Amino acid sequence: MRRLADGGRLDRSTTLAVTWDGREIEAHPGDTLASALLAAGITEVARSTVHGRPRGIVSAGAEEPCAYVQVDAPRSEPLVAATLVEAVDGLVAAPLAGFGRLAGDDLERHDRRHHHCDVLVVGGGTAGAAEARRAAAAGLRVVWAERDTGPLPDLGDDALCLSRTTAVGSYDDNLVMLVERVSSTRRRMWQVRAGEVVLATGAHERPLVFAGNDLPGVMLAGAARTYLERFALVPERAVVFTTNDAGTETAEALRAAGAAVTLVDARAGHAVVAAEGEGRLRSVLVAPIATPADAERVECELLAVSGGFEPVLDLHRHRRGGVRWDAPRACFVPHGTVRNQRIVGTAMGDGLPTVAALWLVPGGEERHAYVDLQRDVTVTDLRRAVGAGLESIEHVKRYTLVGTGVDQGRTAKTNAAAIAAGLLGREIAEIGTSTTRPPVEPVSFAVLAGRARGPRFEPVRTTPIHAWHVNHGAVFEDVGQWKRPWYYPQPGEDMDAAVLRECAAARTGVAMMDASTLGKIDIQGPDSAEFLNRLYTNSYDTLRVGRCRYGLLCRADGMVFDDGVVTRVAEDRFFATTTTGGAAAVLDWMEEWLQTEWPELRVHLTSVTEQWQTVAVVGPRSRDLLSSAFGAIDFSNEAFPFMTFRDTTFHKRFPARVSRVSFSGELAYEVSVPSDAGRLLWLGLWKAGEPLGVTAYGTETMHVLRAEKGFVIVGQDTDGTVTPIDLGMDWIVSKTKPFVGRRSLTRPDTARPDRKQLVGLLPDDPSVRLDEGAQLVLDPEQAPPVTMIGHVTSSYRSAALGRTFALALVRSGRERLGEPVYSPGADGITAARVVEPVFYDAEGLRRDG
Amino acid sequence: MTVEATLADRGHPRQLGLRVHPSSDAAGRVELLLGSRLPTEPNTVAGGVLWLGPDEWLIVDRELTETQLLGALAGEGAAVELSANRLALHVSGPGARDVLGSCCPLDLHPRVFGAGRCAQTLVAGVAVILERTGDGPGFRLLVRPSFAAHVRAWLIDAIEEPG
Repeated sequence: MRRLADGGRLDRSTTLAVTWDGREIEAHPGDTLASALLAAGITEVARSTVHGRPRGIVSAGAEEPCAYVQVDAPRSEPLVAATLVEAVDGLVAAPLAGFGRLAGDDLERHDRRHHHCDVLVVGGGTAGAAEARRAAAAGLRVVWAERDTGPLPDLGDDALCLSRTTAVGSYDDNLVMLVERVSSTRRRMWQVRAGEVVLATGAHERPLVFAGNDLPGVMLAGAARTYLERFALVPERAVVFTTNDAGTETAEALRAAGAAVTLVDARAGHAVVAAEGEGRLRSVLVAPIATPADAERVECELLAVSGGFEPVLDLHRHRRGGVRWDAPRACFVPHGTVRNQRIVGTAMGDGLPTVAALWLVPGGEERHAYVDLQRDVTVTDLRRAVGAGLESIEHVKRYTLVGTGVDQGRTAKTNAAAIAAGLLGREIAEIGTSTTRPPVEPVSFAVLAGRARGPRFEPVRTTPIHAWHVNHGAVFEDVGQWKRPWYYPQPGEDMDAAVLRECAAARTGVAMMDASTLGKIDIQGPDSAEFLNRLYTNSYDTLRVGRCRYGLLCRADGMVFDDGVVTRVAEDRFFATTTTGGAAAVLDWMEEWLQTEWPELRVHLTSVTEQWQTVAVVGPRSRDLLSSAFGAIDFSNEAFPFMTFRDTTFHKRFPARVSRVSFSGELAYEVSVPSDAGRLLWLGLWKAGEPLGVTAYGTETMHVLRAEKGFVIVGQDTDGTVTPIDLGMDWIVSKTKPFVGRRSLTRPDTARPDRKQLVGLLPDDPSVRLDEGAQLVLDPEQAPPVTMIGHVTSSYRSAALGRTFALALVRSGRERLGEPVYSPGADGITAARVVEPVFYDAEGLRRDG
Repeated sequence: MTVEATLADRGHPRQLGLRVHPSSDAAGRVELLLGSRLPTEPNTVAGGVLWLGPDEWLIVDRELTETQLLGALAGEGAAVELSANRLALHVSGPGARDVLGSCCPLDLHPRVFGAGRCAQTLVAGVAVILERTGDGPGFRLLVRPSFAAHVRAWLIDAIEEPG
């Protein structure tokens, strides 16, 4: 094709540097990559995916089935239609090789926006413009989206008018996803919730099926007209092959622009029975449809074809909107409605020409007559599918892949349905057309992710004391979304050394931990004790005001779900702590029972996890530290016994609560203040502890200390299949009152004696630490499959014991005390002895300091 | 170019959680103490009291203590001191709605979410209590402190979004 000296919507005063396949080609603002390629005389722009045949530019829009290219600059995109790529300075593109390639991470900024409107109009044509203007004039909030470059007119402050924007998917309740090409590299995804959706998406043309119809140079007639009128491109010699008036008009327009045009009109009984040429179109064979052998050869560089038009109904179909066959116009038109959605203009079929439908031109080689140019599906393939007994168009689609290409089969699906119908001896109206799904055009993952990447991907929760932990060299552990100090290595220390030092400090001096992440729930109301009685395995009506009690929660199946300390603050008020990871789940669990099963209970629950910051102070010298920090409280055993609390003030103005609870077996306290005073509290306690040589400890030390005492961690020593009885915690399970999960504990399976039970393990070699998660066997010599009797749940080095130890779940474990077990690992077999799961201070003498 | 909006950190406003049956005597006593009616229209604010549920409110920036509220309730319902439980971030300026549009799925148009409206929603995937402040294009976000850095990062990023 040749570019005319004037005409078209091009800015000829500017020439853009565009590189195609390593070669510079000329383009102007207003060009697409496709029009620039045609202007440069480049007809072959791709190789077909299956047959490897040369392919050219078929369309001037989104229906393009062939001209998919690799764009390398300014934004790397591996699979885009050349007809949709705007020519910009610095554009670098090449024929698509295979599936294309990504240029590593897409680091460009892509945004996502939520937007709401009364009316969303998709389509910038006359029908869309009329709808958008009418809605805006009525004072409605309007979003108007147009795929083309626009610009769209301004419709006021409450209107969002987006050109270069494609509606890629429509979902329930009129949620429509739009992708805006903000610049040549940036995209913005609009998530629009619309009161009403108006589809003014128009129609596109359909090709005709004949031998050689895939040669570069065969183009839709409307596209030829677009390349003429918008891009000022005209062929020397053209053949127009049409079934309708639109093709005839294209022929006249090309002729008026100076092309030599031969019109082949199916309505007059003529057809192009074959296109010929090596690598590109050179000539066509024209013959009467009735006698295709009487062919006459016509030389041409362009064959413009029009098989009819297809309303663009992707968004309607995404919502399961129906279609029906319209015989005079030979296309599927909307049938029935989607709630709060209207279709207007050409998309309804309005104004489409009457078509003398011609589905398969006789006389040519069917194996070269392409139905789907994108998927390389020929008439031969359809014949094979029907011959294999497939009758549904959905089955034909899956068997041949017709209509499954990146172009969504826009130009292929109706031809495929009609030809399949013909082969089956049925009507296309019966056969219908296959399902259409989002997205309308490819959307990259980087665009879907938007700004939710890197540091914004997921919240990182930290306590107000976090900066102190960082400044003191803490290594952090992820607990849910929280960052918790894991251990605080001193210069030269590895993890083992740091944890041994922290453990020793807690057992012999005083140590502090940030325990703020524990879940906290305020429970108020006259029925609070009854409510807790029904949920926890132990009783709370017997808990006196001012005292604390350790509690265990089971699911209805009797399996341990969470644990914590419950404090009775007043007759009708309790304060419960949960595990860090279980905080939200426990509150949900409590609310579920309260709201759905026991609405008669006068109880109210409030999450106060972040109202309070908590510091644990542990060790024989913790009493000294707290006496120094809170002079008003008598910390003696008699005045402040284990499992009680005292309310006081901190820094004269902050309420503070000191509780005597211990997760280490040592004398220990937990101090809580409102979170805005959390940092001050930590600093204050640290200062009070410095003369005592206070040590900060992290979660690893906490885990070692509790394991030495045989205290479990829910989620580490349990996995949702472990009952309180399995843990040896019968002492906390009430035999007299009902609670959630109690009945399940008497099921035959939960009462079975050979369940896995919590035991301690001492490796024979006291320097060897078993792997957490390692399987345990009784006979390491057994031929495979080896009988596995349990696994290690927790395993540490202990400063207090001067050796390694572990907790494990072992089948009939309590009957095996004193027996050997073996853990086969990568480094050989480790032998250990089953022991009671309490390793330190079994008598509980250290609790009172 | 950046979006015309500012983000301000306003620390911890005084907050009290209130649970009481709206037609109970206790609710009447609380209203007497407040000197104003508890809003009963969902997601509205009246006299610094935010409707959070049919029997749940958040009382913000009122000279009131948990003890006073518990006294008025006299055993019916619940009152919880929550000042430290959330902190306040303010987004204001002509572009405030665009900024929140980047990370909040709610319709914040003044016709829908005008003065006196509040909502419990997600901002950047984090649960917040969102409130329209005054008649201008401004919003207060009550966010739990541990999530504040994440929400702040999203809002700042949106303010810096190139047009």
